[in-house]
Amino acid sequence: MEEMILPTSEAMLDGMTHLVSERALEGETLLLNMGPQHPSTHGVLRLLLELDGEKVITVIPDIGYLHTGVEKNMESKTYLKAEVMTDRLDYLNTMGNNLVYVLAIEKLAELDVPPRADGIRVIFTELQRIASHLVWLGTHALDLAAMSVFLYCFREREIILDIMEMCSGQRMMTTYFRPGGLWRDVPSGFEDAVREFIKIFPARIDEYEALLTRNPLFLERVQGLGVLTKENALRWAITGPMLRASGVGFDLRKAKPYSGYEQYDFDIPTQTAGDTYARYQVRMEEMRQSLRIVEQALNKLPYGPVRSNNRKYVPPPRSELGVSMEAVIHHFKLWTEGFNPPAGAVYSAVESPRGELGVYLVSDGGPKPYRIHWRVPSFDNLQILPMLAKGHLVADLVALIGTTDIVLGDVDR
Amino acid sequence: MDDSTSNMEHNPTEFELNSTVQRMVEKFGARVEEFRGDPTLEVRADQIVALCQTLRDIEGFEMLVDETAVDYWPAEAPRFHVIYLLRSVSRNQTLCLRVPLDGNEPVMPTMTGVYPNANWYERELWDMFGIHFAGHPDLRRILMPHDWVGHPLRKDYPLGYEEPQFTFNYEQIQARKLNPKD
Repeated sequence: MEEMILPTSEAMLDGMTHLVSERALEGETLLLNMGPQHPSTHGVLRLLLELDGEKVITVIPDIGYLHTGVEKNMESKTYLKAEVMTDRLDYLNTMGNNLVYVLAIEKLAELDVPPRADGIRVIFTELQRIASHLVWLGTHALDLAAMSVFLYCFREREIILDIMEMCSGQRMMTTYFRPGGLWRDVPSGFEDAVREFIKIFPARIDEYEALLTRNPLFLERVQGLGVLTKENALRWAITGPMLRASGVGFDLRKAKPYSGYEQYDFDIPTQTAGDTYARYQVRMEEMRQSLRIVEQALNKLPYGPVRSNNRKYVPPPRSELGVSMEAVIHHFKLWTEGFNPPAGAVYSAVESPRGELGVYLVSDGGPKPYRIHWRVPSFDNLQILPMLAKGHLVADLVALIGTTDIVLGDVDR
Repeated sequence: MDDSTSNMEHNPTEFELNSTVQRMVEKFGARVEEFRGDPTLEVRADQIVALCQTLRDIEGFEMLVDETAVDYWPAEAPRFHVIYLLRSVSRNQTLCLRVPLDGNEPVMPTMTGVYPNANWYERELWDMFGIHFAGHPDLRRILMPHDWVGHPLRKDYPLGYEEPQFTFNYEQIQARKLNPKD
């Protein structure tokens, strides 16, 4: 009979012995590997657990399985080509990634954006926020064994992805926002499609809430679980719904408005409990608020161009190429060499569905970013998982990963 | 809805941030640069922890939003700039700090004592740039595999393909090749 070889604690803890308790080294507690291929880790997250029975003593997150070197790759691409990679970071918030990237370039180059482009950007990032929260809600409920919510959520998410496909040609990897505006204007069916969604969606949120909000099985699992205090949330730089569920009403859309968010009337939902249920409530209310913003933005959407007239950064329209030598030169320069923004360093940030998504962009005056750093919300939010999970059961750990709403493409970059 | 929401309505004036910057210049001899309306303070590495401590405890910058680095290779001293982004949620301000760092001996004091979330950021900087953080509790690689050689975001680290080496550029490429002991 073949002998089964179990990994020793030394092999599992290669270089990490200082992170577990003494008891783990003596073999009194169990070291268990969770992931990287585990359905509830929402991607490829590996957690090394130290367990006493079913109680979690330590969690050691091991990330980097989805690291694709995006920051390094962007340094070798022109600004326009590098934008394609922004979609691949947080694949549930592609429009938001596009937005923060183009905002950084626009800030660096002092590029103007027409009001119509700003309006469409707001509509899309808010629709994207709803779509992202739907994935969170579906998978969070699925982790807690509420299967049907997942199916309903993905039904509505599909409508949003269809709208995105209608405008950008892609369901997820959109690259729709460009420095100085948009790739092109929205097609004629866009307004009807969004209005239809605004009409049906409030009732759908009620439907999810009917399944979960007062469901005793759900409440039993989430109430009082993983309490994050206001002080800890600030100390650990937690942003987004997790911060707001801990009683800090900070939202970049209100605090440092971009793309014309100051013209829309919306509330920042906050809760003070700081537990998993509070985070659920905040995100549910955020979907309703996003819908309010979409409706206002659609009503106010002005007519006009969707791209800046600054030909040093924005390619000329196709129709000009046949009649203007200047346009041909600009077209050629922009698609071969790219544009050269002035040297300097800027930080731009937007409120992604997960928190503060920022870009620190350093330019040396050349056509490629000298250095680009992505400040991603999931990275910080995942860092407190060991703190939240301490003393809870393994089954609750699954709920805690769900409530932090991490996207591993975002964490690993 | 509690008091923190009302804090947000309180719109910060540029004056407040400027006076904070002014106090830091006087106390720590920091150099100020402004680009596109955002001030950046440049300080020496041995002062950064005391500066952040002051900013957190007295000036209300509760949050370390971001910590990253830029490599200005082939410049040697300073080669790296370590960048800290601090945020005051209560006063709605953001402040950027820059610390120039010698490329021959890239060692920084750790920020984990002031902002605990610097832990992973500094692991990432060690992993990607080879910047060592003295006093860090858990300085391991974070994104790359633990047995990886080299620090990928350094400017002298190749992108993944090798440049063809001919007689005319042999020495130039040879000089750029990584030392496996790094």
